[in-house]
Amino acid sequence: MTSATINYETMEQKPITTALAVRNLSVFFGTNQVLKSVSLDIAPRAVTAIIGPSGCGKSTFLRALNRMHELNPDARMTGEIQLFGDDIYARTVEPVVVRRRVGMVFQKSNPFPTMTISENVTVGLRLNGVRDKKLLAERTEQSLRMAALWDEVKDRLNTAAISLSGGQQQRLCIARALAVQPEVLLMDEPASALDPLATSKIEDLILDLKKSYTIVIVTHNMQQAARASDFTAFFYLGELVEFGTTTKIFTSPSQKRTEDYVTGRFG
Amino acid sequence: MIAANHKARQIKDVLMQVGACVCAILVVAPLVLIFYHLIKLGFSSINWEFFTQLPKAVGETGGGMGNAIVGTFILLGQAAIIGVPVGVLGGVFLSEYGTPKFNWWLRFAADILNGVPSIVWGLVVYGLVVIPMHGFSALAGGIVLGLMMIPLVMRTTEEVLHLVPAGYREAALALGVSKWKTVLQIVVRTALKGIVTGVLLAIARVSGETAPLLFTALGNNTWAQNLKQPIAALPLQIFNYAMSPYDDWHRQAWAAALVLLLLVLFINIGVRFLTRDRWKSKV
Amino acid sequence: MENNSEVSLEMLKQKLLTMASHAETAVNEALQALQTRDTDLALRVKEKDRVIDYLEVEIDDLVIQLLTRAPLASNLRLVTIAMKISQDLERIGDEATKIAKRARDLAEEPPVKIVLDLPRMARLALDMLKDALDAFVNRDSAAARAVIPRDKEVDALNKHIHNLLAQHMVEHTDTIARCLHLMVVSKSLERIADHATNVAEDVVYLCEAQDIRHTGMKSQPVLA
Repeated sequence: MTSATINYETMEQKPITTALAVRNLSVFFGTNQVLKSVSLDIAPRAVTAIIGPSGCGKSTFLRALNRMHELNPDARMTGEIQLFGDDIYARTVEPVVVRRRVGMVFQKSNPFPTMTISENVTVGLRLNGVRDKKLLAERTEQSLRMAALWDEVKDRLNTAAISLSGGQQQRLCIARALAVQPEVLLMDEPASALDPLATSKIEDLILDLKKSYTIVIVTHNMQQAARASDFTAFFYLGELVEFGTTTKIFTSPSQKRTEDYVTGRFG
Repeated sequence: MIAANHKARQIKDVLMQVGACVCAILVVAPLVLIFYHLIKLGFSSINWEFFTQLPKAVGETGGGMGNAIVGTFILLGQAAIIGVPVGVLGGVFLSEYGTPKFNWWLRFAADILNGVPSIVWGLVVYGLVVIPMHGFSALAGGIVLGLMMIPLVMRTTEEVLHLVPAGYREAALALGVSKWKTVLQIVVRTALKGIVTGVLLAIARVSGETAPLLFTALGNNTWAQNLKQPIAALPLQIFNYAMSPYDDWHRQAWAAALVLLLLVLFINIGVRFLTRDRWKSKV
Repeated sequence: MENNSEVSLEMLKQKLLTMASHAETAVNEALQALQTRDTDLALRVKEKDRVIDYLEVEIDDLVIQLLTRAPLASNLRLVTIAMKISQDLERIGDEATKIAKRARDLAEEPPVKIVLDLPRMARLALDMLKDALDAFVNRDSAAARAVIPRDKEVDALNKHIHNLLAQHMVEHTDTIARCLHLMVVSKSLERIADHATNVAEDVVYLCEAQDIRHTGMKSQPVLA
């Protein structure tokens, strides 16, 4: 299943390679099947939103993309996920390596409390053996700029990370994830704990970041999905019900369940 | 009708407040009494001689407890060397590794050990160390105190590590950091203050243990030359001097008790100081 | 159980239907005033147009309110076409007013001796409007699509009446003023049919999410 971009002037279609190709992904926690044979193509340099009511499996799906669901000892999966052609669940592949290529930002911002701002940004690099001070400093500035935080903190890089406001802390976590230069960035309801102003800053940031990164964002806020994403996938009870361009999903979905969810008739 | 209830409620309110006050006083009173007594009876005997001199021979007045004070520190030092690494690593294992079933048994074992009477510990180490070594020793004393510290430190470390929010572990793992580095550099580092607190409190606990030392360190009237010899310790000296018929020794026992209590007090103050809130975070 | 937003959407639909019913009545009464030369009726049509205008404002206000709730999918389509339909209905009301005005003018002079099938034209236009609105209520896309080609018939009829009147004006120059009034009436009816066609196109968009305006694909449904 490939997606295509359409140039409306020349009306030509160009197929694009897939960032993450998910095939028949099923995830079990013990005997409970949380995801049922999901197949999906995540397009590169675009934002894909995952929506659905609580308990539909969207967070589990997100975590399966960087093998974070394995933190639960009862977790088991079948199916295949390819990251730019590489099978991330192959026997020879370590989860640690996958997570360096596929980063994650969480719902509640969690900068490490014992570290300063710059230490937080570079923690992923330092704990993986990078010692070069010059490189670390460069990467700190670069990541903070990309996270739209540099101007606000450039004079206090050595102060405690937890002295920042909620919205700033979340952007710091984004910078921290970007510092290891992942190819894909996963975001699990990144703005749900923030006030509207901070939320819109995060959304602007996402639209900026997609020029360089592939982004997958789980959100329960449909207006946010409509504002910030290019493609949307609707999950319900562990199944992928519908996947398409965001415009289509929110103006004229094909499936009745999608229509019902999007117009607020349930969930 | 409501007015009457109001009056009744007010009375109950006052009674509760008075009751709570009385309880608070009852709790604090023993501490106040202990300090009062110790200071009254022991303070006069605390002088430079007390801290530096050796005990004089039976019958002679004067002398000090220099060796006992040093001995206590030597014993606590050994105990820390044994108790801290094993206890902390054990706590880390309980919190971050293992399986739920195995950890349940491990925790159960630790809790039982925490409840073992200290004299039993003394006897066990007597059999395991003193007899093979053909003699009482500072080493045996250090070993028994260390063994007593292990389950204590293990449980407090585990409790503190559990308080570290899962979010930090997840964030570190999501950055592609391996598990052991996450545990060490992120989780333990975040909980460090709490772990140190637990260690210090365990040390304060074992500093006053007397019964185990009776069977291991035994006591000594001079400076200990090496760890294979018996060694003096404050609790032992207090025990011996208090049981003796000499007034001078009684006074010195009071002084030693005061010193021991001050040691515990300073450790607790140290803990408060360490755990103070240095950074104000905007939530 | 209906939630608040469904109640508001229901209210929107009801207002549109109310407005449509007023517009239909206006056209019927205007035609009647023309045929029976009833100047009082014609005057009443003109006054009642205010109600239609007022309803347009109410509906647009309601639409803005609903938009602040960021409706999606079919609700979004409903809300956006509601604005358009209300505009078309308001124009229909205006055309009815025009017809009524010409009816008053014609009633002041003796009738022209010519047979014109204006009632039939009115019937065709009003049927188109009714069918389009029924399709709206029933969310029937096929019925809406069926309305659209009927506009041709009305256009043809308008042309025919226009020619007849033009001929008459040449032969009987004293009737020129009155014939011109009748031409305007015919043109108004033709415009009413156009507005009914717009409503039908909007209903197709609502049901199928297909915008079939200006594409010439009006007779083939495209599956979504």
